[in-house]
Amino acid sequence: MSSPPQTPAQSPAASGGGSHPDVPKWVATTGRRKVIGLLFAVALLGVVALFSIAVGSRYIPPGEVLSVLFNPDDSQASTIVHELRIPRTVLGIAVGLALGMAGAVMQALTRNPLADPGLLGVNAGAATAVVIGISVFGVGNALGYLPFAFAGAAIASIVVYLIGSAGRSGATPVRLALAGVAVTAALTAVIDGMTLLDPETFDRYRFWAVGSLSGRGMDIFWQVAPFILVGGVLAVTIGHSLNALAMGDDVGRALGASVTRTRVLSGIVIMLLAGAATAAVGPIGFVGLAVPHAARAITGPDNRWVLAYTAILAPILLVGADIIGRIVVQPAELSVGIVTAIIGAPVFIALVRRRRVAQL
Amino acid sequence: MSAPGVGKPGMPAQDRLRARDVTIGYDARVISEGLTVDIPDNEFTVIIGPNACGKSTLLRSLARMLVPTAGAVLLDGQSISSLKSKEVARRLGLLPQSSVAPDGITVADLVARGRYPHQKLLRQWSRTDEEIVAGALAATNVADLADRSVDELSGGQRQRVWLAMALAQQTPILLLDEPTTYLDIAHQIEMLDLCADLHAEQGRTLVAVLHDLNHACRYATHLIAMRAGAVVATGRPSEIVTAQLVEDVFGLACRVIDDPETGTPLIVPLARAALRGPDLHHPDAPPAVPTPLGA
Amino acid sequence: MTAVENKPPVTLPLAAVRLGPVSLRVTRRPLIVTVLLAVAVVGVVVGTCFLGDYPLPAGDVIASLLGNGSTATDFVVLDLRLARALCAVTIGAALGASGAAFQALTRNPLGSPDIIGFTSGAATGALLQILIIGGTSLAIAGGALVGGLASALVVYLLAMGRGAVGYRLVLVGIGLNAFLWAINWYLLITAKLEDAMSAQVWLTGSLNGRSWDQLWPVLGVVLICLPLLMIASRPLGLLEMGDDAARALGVRADRTRVVIVILAVALAAGATATAGPIAFVALAAPQLAKRLTGSVAVSVLPAALMGAFVLAVSDIVSQRLFAPVQLPVGIATGVVGGLYLIWLLLSEWKKGRG
Repeated sequence: MSSPPQTPAQSPAASGGGSHPDVPKWVATTGRRKVIGLLFAVALLGVVALFSIAVGSRYIPPGEVLSVLFNPDDSQASTIVHELRIPRTVLGIAVGLALGMAGAVMQALTRNPLADPGLLGVNAGAATAVVIGISVFGVGNALGYLPFAFAGAAIASIVVYLIGSAGRSGATPVRLALAGVAVTAALTAVIDGMTLLDPETFDRYRFWAVGSLSGRGMDIFWQVAPFILVGGVLAVTIGHSLNALAMGDDVGRALGASVTRTRVLSGIVIMLLAGAATAAVGPIGFVGLAVPHAARAITGPDNRWVLAYTAILAPILLVGADIIGRIVVQPAELSVGIVTAIIGAPVFIALVRRRRVAQL
Repeated sequence: MSAPGVGKPGMPAQDRLRARDVTIGYDARVISEGLTVDIPDNEFTVIIGPNACGKSTLLRSLARMLVPTAGAVLLDGQSISSLKSKEVARRLGLLPQSSVAPDGITVADLVARGRYPHQKLLRQWSRTDEEIVAGALAATNVADLADRSVDELSGGQRQRVWLAMALAQQTPILLLDEPTTYLDIAHQIEMLDLCADLHAEQGRTLVAVLHDLNHACRYATHLIAMRAGAVVATGRPSEIVTAQLVEDVFGLACRVIDDPETGTPLIVPLARAALRGPDLHHPDAPPAVPTPLGA
Repeated sequence: MTAVENKPPVTLPLAAVRLGPVSLRVTRRPLIVTVLLAVAVVGVVVGTCFLGDYPLPAGDVIASLLGNGSTATDFVVLDLRLARALCAVTIGAALGASGAAFQALTRNPLGSPDIIGFTSGAATGALLQILIIGGTSLAIAGGALVGGLASALVVYLLAMGRGAVGYRLVLVGIGLNAFLWAINWYLLITAKLEDAMSAQVWLTGSLNGRSWDQLWPVLGVVLICLPLLMIASRPLGLLEMGDDAARALGVRADRTRVVIVILAVALAAGATATAGPIAFVALAAPQLAKRLTGSVAVSVLPAALMGAFVLAVSDIVSQRLFAPVQLPVGIATGVVGGLYLIWLLLSEWKKGRG
């Protein structure tokens, strides 16, 4: 079959040339269109990031923001911009990217577009560890919670994965979901017990538990950045194998992918990315669920493109939610975890209603 | 078994199951419009037609699974949707195309469920129920499998068990939606022979959707041929099945001969021109051009 | 085909109890298990009366139970211990039955009022009462009731559509759960610490302080809805074979489902309004009962009895384990329930049953 001369940006999977009859025209089916779309998304992210720096509970005129941005001085505006808003924005982008990609990998791994890392125990594990940190070790700030949360998330996801893959056929979506529910329930009960026994624990815990970007400085960012970087790079490298496995283990093997290795690497990616994100800002749901789905609607099922788009779109969602959270209840703030759930849940329900469901 | 079709003295006997001017379809899609079909009593009726011609849709409407948007399906003269569901279930049984046997259920248990329309809260398992279920198991030759789990059975055995359940329902009319689709040829014939016995020995009215035309011709005493949602022809297979009919309904060029075993029509599709040898009967005839299917 | 008359009569492996025109299907193992569970429930209730913070001689306890005790002993034995144990049993039965109905309806072992958003909705209603409106405990129960029913309705309406009430219900429930989670946590973090903590206690599910006043409403709900649910569940097994097969046998599929959902939600509502959302009983009790009876599907009565048993035992454990501190019973059921489910999954999967 001869095909028109391809630009280097086109991936073999994307060149179908023209349009598939069932696909709406705005879906970027050719490689060139996908690249353009991606650049557009990056530009949008830039705009949102600028907004995040410019907007906040204290009003600073845009001109002043810009001048302070490039010439930091000792003014209050400069402090706000550099100590509060920039770290927040940067962290929001990093965490959004991490959650989005973790979700995309999770959905590819489980072959189920309705999977989310939070549904499978990561959040409960992080929370349990944080509660232990608070009540046993007296930790009280975001930086202190971080190692606990990360360890807890990692352990919980490993446990869920092990339980889910017991038996002959390995970690199917149903098993992972059931294992996640079980582990989450047990851990939640432990959390309830520990927080009810000590009011101070409860007080500190309740503010961490909703997922928030406030009060986090660049030090938090630097702590999680390496994990997010490694996880992100790893995710990109397994994109190809995930494509092969998307059609079933047997087909994947026939195409030369190693099922076990891909599964393990995927698990590591999810653990690193979701763990780091939750450790930095607390549990945030639905970013990992909804954004890969939206990305897939634009790019089609090629996981490499889904990952690329998710990496840009998810931060847009998260930083956007953060901006909304800073504006709607001025001078207070609405935590970003709450805003994403309130936006994400209706989107999720709409998704579920539209698709032919979707054996979990 | 009641004697169906016998009307009051002076009234012409009407078939028990009829569709009157029905418009049926799924959601927005209309499959058949203004369709009128009579299911003759005491006959083994088979509905045939190409894919998506509406035969399953018609059958499901007759079974009240689908509600027509216009017109009515009549059972014993009354609109079937006005009758209580359990009442209908005592007169009309359905063997659906795909049913799921609950995990781990035994054959006897599953067949016993067929008695549901006759049971009440306090009459869950009378002696009559027991006898009828035993009879159904015997009639379908699955009696020795009674305490086996349905999951363990082969496709042919499982289909017989579902038929036994429909038999246990003790209905004078029985509808079967593609009862032979997932079976190998030996079990297909076995299934159809069973149905033929139900018709011949017990006088039941049977309506089956079959996709194998030759099976239909062999077993049916009354044929309904459909195409694009409408009835093209009805009647005894030997009377209506001609090469022209097959061409009209299926778009298949064929030759119709007599089945050497039963004398019923046997459809032999014409070979493609390249492979076809000389026509010994008509050496001067032009080569036949194969028609594309479904055109 | 050989003719029917030539075959010897078949004896069926199906048993029945017959008395005149009345006949009931009985299966041996479920019957035995059900009776044993009932006995166990009675045993736990009576046994609970002997345990507590105030040590009482056994003789006094028995006297009170028989109606011959002194006023003081009567208060402790009857009003404190017995009433609370009866609450536990009633609420446990309601939860177990409700869970069984949901699991049978959705053909999913994860089906339960917890998962379809009902519990979060009840929490939202109660939290609004506790933290914003500042209502009495009756108002809190009412808020929980309204909130739970409203969210169950919303989930059902959203999941309805193309017929099958199955995985879609679970997934829409997950969505609504998350939405309400956000609202609930917003309420929790914007409230004063003491208010938030008392809200949290309610949220964990607790039988502390439950006595006769709380018992009667939920007992009434159970006495009405449980038998009705048992009757309505007869066609459920037929629905499992597929809508077509069930309808062919005369089952009114949609109507049956609606009736069952209403009854199951009513039971869950009664339980949650009385004791808050107690984790896991609705999820685990039907599965436990199903494995004990060895039956093919979940069944309402054994699930109810198992729920009663589990909750009564969990309550006495939460009362005594860290005595004199009383843990909310929801913690015990959550830990035990979660561990039980993990064990259940591991054992079934190792056996190869997906």
